[in-house]
Amino acid sequence: MWVDLIVIGVKLAFGLVVLLTTVPIMVWVERRGSALIQDRLGPNRVGPLGLFQPIVDVVKLLAKEVITPAGVRPLLYILAPAIAVIVALSTFIAIPIGKDSGLELFGHAVNGFIVAPDLNIGLLYVFAIASFGVYPLLLAGWSSDNKYALLGGVRASAQAISYEIAMIIAIVGVLMSSGTLRLQQIVDAQSGVWMGFLPHWNVFSQPIGALIFMVAVFAETNRLPFDLPEADAELVAGYHTEYSSIRFAAFYMSEYLHMTVAASLVTVLFLGGWNLPWIDIPFEGWAGVLLSMGVFGIKVATLLWFFVWVRWTLPRFRYDQLMALGWKVMVPLAVLNFLWVGVAMALGYM
Amino acid sequence: MIPVEAVPIPYTWVLALSAVLFAVGTLGVLLRRNGIAIFLSLEIMLNSANLAFAAFAFRFASDHATAAAALDGQVFIFFVIAVAAAEAAVGLALFIVLFRCKGSIDVERANILRW
Amino acid sequence: MVVTIIFLVAAAIAVVFAVLTVVPRDPTKNVLSLVIMSFAMAAVFAILGMDFLAAIQIIVYSGAVLVLFLFVIMLLKIRRIEALGSGRPVQALLGALVAAGIGGMMLVVAGLLLPLQGAVLPGAVETGTAFPIGRALLSTHLFAFEFITLLLVAAIVGAVYLGKGEEE
Repeated sequence: MWVDLIVIGVKLAFGLVVLLTTVPIMVWVERRGSALIQDRLGPNRVGPLGLFQPIVDVVKLLAKEVITPAGVRPLLYILAPAIAVIVALSTFIAIPIGKDSGLELFGHAVNGFIVAPDLNIGLLYVFAIASFGVYPLLLAGWSSDNKYALLGGVRASAQAISYEIAMIIAIVGVLMSSGTLRLQQIVDAQSGVWMGFLPHWNVFSQPIGALIFMVAVFAETNRLPFDLPEADAELVAGYHTEYSSIRFAAFYMSEYLHMTVAASLVTVLFLGGWNLPWIDIPFEGWAGVLLSMGVFGIKVATLLWFFVWVRWTLPRFRYDQLMALGWKVMVPLAVLNFLWVGVAMALGYM
Repeated sequence: MIPVEAVPIPYTWVLALSAVLFAVGTLGVLLRRNGIAIFLSLEIMLNSANLAFAAFAFRFASDHATAAAALDGQVFIFFVIAVAAAEAAVGLALFIVLFRCKGSIDVERANILRW
Repeated sequence: MVVTIIFLVAAAIAVVFAVLTVVPRDPTKNVLSLVIMSFAMAAVFAILGMDFLAAIQIIVYSGAVLVLFLFVIMLLKIRRIEALGSGRPVQALLGALVAAGIGGMMLVVAGLLLPLQGAVLPGAVETGTAFPIGRALLSTHLFAFEFITLLLVAAIVGAVYLGKGEEE
């Protein structure tokens, strides 16, 4: 039993390290990427190519004065950023980042370094914990004694719960064609070739579903073009207006963590996880795990760059346009995708 | 999740938990005047009813012959959760209308239909 | 052994936070206590082998219904509610007696049943995952399933209509 715990500890440490190192990398990518798109230089003083900029940013954030406004409700105010980070970390433990290649550590299977390897309700667990991510937005807005924060918090949570519906209906198509809720089997079902010439990834067989899920994920993580709740010019800073120093750093970190988790989820569900496009190679042992994680990492990195690219390209949606899009366009399209998958399965195409 | 070989909990413990939660919920419903607080206590009571169903589904799930009854219990829990969600939505909308009419959601104020 | 301890901890959390939902005077604290209580209930469901229901409990109760409660509390700006049973001592006493009576009766019944240990025999049908429940919903309980759909549509229409207010 102790060996069990040690192996779980190793997997947890691995997952945490991977997830937490993406945050400074993403900060750097965001700042240099936005500079590239806006035809300017970006940070280039601190270290070669400005690579140490995130470290300097973190030091600056932590050194700021921790201001707690007078009228806040203490427990909720402190809890909100903590819940935001906890939700992102808890979701990541069930996502298959590497193939279960039969690798063993101290006699116990490592299961591709996934902490919770084979939940039989895998995808539902991810959505259950992700649906809990509405609370930090609401609690942060309500507990800061501030009109702008309340408005931003209510808008953010209304947006989150509206786009959750389209997101989950878009997933149903994937569930139907894979026939299982287990995430590793969903990845395995996307290996090989479909219709003779396309890789069997769900983005090719259910393009509408993939599109809706991508858009919904942008809305869930409050990224432009759906970032009205934290709109810099309109709401001061939305629901995290009254947070300073380490608590703001926690919210900032949680945004990038949510982005990484969302990108991993899109990769698993629609881009075929660790499967290479047309080739089907058996992943064995250490090399297998590392190679599968490398492929997964490349796909996630591409998606994260896409997130940054869209942020600095598109203008922001107005709030009523956003809600109308979520309810009147995305939900019917998701149902249409669901019908398409059903018809294709009945005709034998999937 | 937990391996299904043996869950060494007598199902009567789960029933006892359900009883305690039901008592707490009833206390809340009978002693509160604020509509939202009554509603929250009602949700506790619904949860305890779900637990009672779960206790019996658990008791019948271990026997191959009665596994269908266990499945029926779980389906019923599913329906109770769905009905609770629908009821919460409509009930809260009613409270909003009551607030607009009366200015407060104290249920003692909603007494026009009383004799 | 470990499972028993986890169950007892989850049960204790459920009872404590249920009491914390009923007694305090701050509506936001009450709702958050109910969130933690429904998490504890999901834990109990998971221990009893009903994984699908545990996930559904979290998604529906914590993720949707209680968020709705929080929205309504913020909309109506309810800051403080009156103490338990305040101003009506006789009713409070009678209510407490009724609650204790019902709870006591159910505990007696639970004690009278044979405390059969739940043990899922190897080879028993696994009933807790999504597949058996889905199949049962679409075959044995199809009518109830479709009717619940209708009920939910009615609830949505009703809630939207009631919430809209009067046309000026």
